[in-house]
Amino acid sequence: MTLRLEGVCKDVGAQTHIHTTDLELVKGTMNVLLGPTSSGKTSLMRLMAGLDQPTNGRIFWNGADVTGQRVQDRKVAMVYQQFINYPSMTVYDNIASPLRLMGVDKGEVDRRVRDSAELMKLTPMLDRKPLELSGGQQQRCALARALVKNAGLVLLDEPLANLDYKLREELRVEIPRIFEESGAIFVYATTEPEEALLLGGQTATLWEGRVTQFGPTAQVYRQPQDMTTARVFSDPPMNFLPVAKTGGKLMFGDGQVAPATGRLAELADGRYTAGFRPNHLEILQHAPDAMQFSARLDVTELTGSETFVHLDHQGARWVGLIHGVHDLQIGAPLSVWLDPAHVYIFAEGGQLVAPAAYAVAA
Amino acid sequence: MAQITLDKLAHSYFPNPQGEGDFALKELNHVWRDGEAYALLGPSGCGKSTLLNIISGLLHPSQGRILFGDRDVTRAATADRNIAQVFQFPVVYDTMTVRENLAFPLRNRGADAAYIKARVAQIAAMIGMESVLDQKARGLTADAKQKISLGRGMVREDVNALLFDEPLTVIDPHMKWELRTQLKSLHQQFGHTMIYVTHDQTEALTFADKVVVMHDGRVVQIGTPEELFERPEHTFVGYFIGSPGMNVIPARVDGARAFVGGAEMALGCGYAPLDGKVEIGVRPEHARLSTDGMPVKIRRVEDVGRHKIVRADFFGHDINIIADEGAEIGADMTRVTFDADRVNVYANDWRVAPMEGAA
Repeated sequence: MTLRLEGVCKDVGAQTHIHTTDLELVKGTMNVLLGPTSSGKTSLMRLMAGLDQPTNGRIFWNGADVTGQRVQDRKVAMVYQQFINYPSMTVYDNIASPLRLMGVDKGEVDRRVRDSAELMKLTPMLDRKPLELSGGQQQRCALARALVKNAGLVLLDEPLANLDYKLREELRVEIPRIFEESGAIFVYATTEPEEALLLGGQTATLWEGRVTQFGPTAQVYRQPQDMTTARVFSDPPMNFLPVAKTGGKLMFGDGQVAPATGRLAELADGRYTAGFRPNHLEILQHAPDAMQFSARLDVTELTGSETFVHLDHQGARWVGLIHGVHDLQIGAPLSVWLDPAHVYIFAEGGQLVAPAAYAVAA
Repeated sequence: MAQITLDKLAHSYFPNPQGEGDFALKELNHVWRDGEAYALLGPSGCGKSTLLNIISGLLHPSQGRILFGDRDVTRAATADRNIAQVFQFPVVYDTMTVRENLAFPLRNRGADAAYIKARVAQIAAMIGMESVLDQKARGLTADAKQKISLGRGMVREDVNALLFDEPLTVIDPHMKWELRTQLKSLHQQFGHTMIYVTHDQTEALTFADKVVVMHDGRVVQIGTPEELFERPEHTFVGYFIGSPGMNVIPARVDGARAFVGGAEMALGCGYAPLDGKVEIGVRPEHARLSTDGMPVKIRRVEDVGRHKIVRADFFGHDINIIADEGAEIGADMTRVTFDADRVNVYANDWRVAPMEGAA
């Protein structure tokens, strides 16, 4: 089972919603589309489903060209951000409805509805109406209805976005398990890097209608090919600072110097941009060979178990992330450290020229 | 600005409530300090909106009193309470300019023109809208309109309290960052008494000096973000604050030792004998995989980039452990240790204070 997009693009009026894209998704894989609002995730999914026709390019399902085929004739299931259930039907009838439309016999419908309800932990709720369920259960019902069809392609468009974070946490853990049992091609759109990492599989990062990188999720995260991908796949955003390579040394903005070792040794002399992730900014403790930077603490944000630290480093905004909840002095000068092994080097055009040493080792 | 006193306050939506279960808001006795920022945090149905509606005067409580300063406002209409409110969705006059929108509450009360001009300029600077002051509100994005609502809520210096009801719902995720930190600095600068209702822990903890955590119609803890993290007073707080939440594990506690399954661990403090359901609470950040300690079975390791979440079985209970990004999780990692000083003890879901001086 494969879904292949060949040179697919989509224009709407004078605007290009999806730039020319080639992508191949294979059986039994979880494929995450990661990007901010309006980056093209939903547009790309609609093309995959056959809800929209591409302006150019072809779409193949198991090698057969399905570009012009209607969505009804394809084996596709889709789940949206809004929980879409039939309010007047019980959970059982909601899950059964696609099978009844397909003319599946009664015994088979019953068996599949019960299996799918069991998987989604809805067995005790089968006789209830959707509005008698919590938000999380309503979305599980919509997911069960999508899965029961045994569609080869299951498209999930930000399915957890409307749930509160505790329910999101629970379903995020369950979705990979459900997916492992189904064997379909899953496509999952999200704006959240952490969700992509939790789902694993493959990730395509999207920015302004372009797929900027596609590969195994952890690899895209640790070895982004350019600054755009690094930005999309970092929440809070990656921090940047200028760096110059001279001989065997890297000279950072403040005069910090680190030896250019490993891949960096081969780098041509010149100006580059260094990037590092917020969690690699060392604040409360630091590695012995870390470089020291001075900054001012502007604001802290608390997520419950972590502290985001917003810093001003010579006019540039940096964000750090530390474990635990810390009450730090706002407005105070603060020394922060950075281990050279955590630094990515980008060319002035934005392409990655050297991934961070830790990322290559990982 | 005023201190807010909640005196034996409770509310039931039933005309003749029979027992505690009929109360959407169970009895509350609290004094909220003048000039502090409070967040009411809890899942839907916890009673936080009921409480906010009582404070704003949309709802009259079935029992008890509410005081602003020394004044009993329990039965007073919203308009007589001298409060400002910001709602989930922007409330903005489209045909007015941004400046007129911001000035509206001051004009309404006959403030003088020079004061209005200065105050509007100050607020516009705080919300970053100086450059669009003379534009009509119509045609602005939802984000911008909500910023105007926030600014208008803050324009009057003489309000008793400023109430926010999930004000960032319509704001795009990356913009939320900016607004919740702006709100915090606005509070630090102006010192209004603020009450902010949300189900989002990051909004609540970032914004507030004190977070009021609600569960099932009850206030289960009022505390600083650090207190909620380090010493959750109720197992619900431990679960609800933090991602993933605190591990709550049934245990037997004897003095300064806890027993789970066949294992024994030291606690940071000693405890008097406990009755009822006894549990220990350990944050995933305070648990560590190791080669010695108590037996644990790793079920799954999730790489979330900045760290790993280890899902494990600990004597038949699911627990989460946070491991470093670069941590090697080998086959020999079959043990877990907890930071003794960071373990809390619970009896019937409420935290038990350790005995003084005992260890």
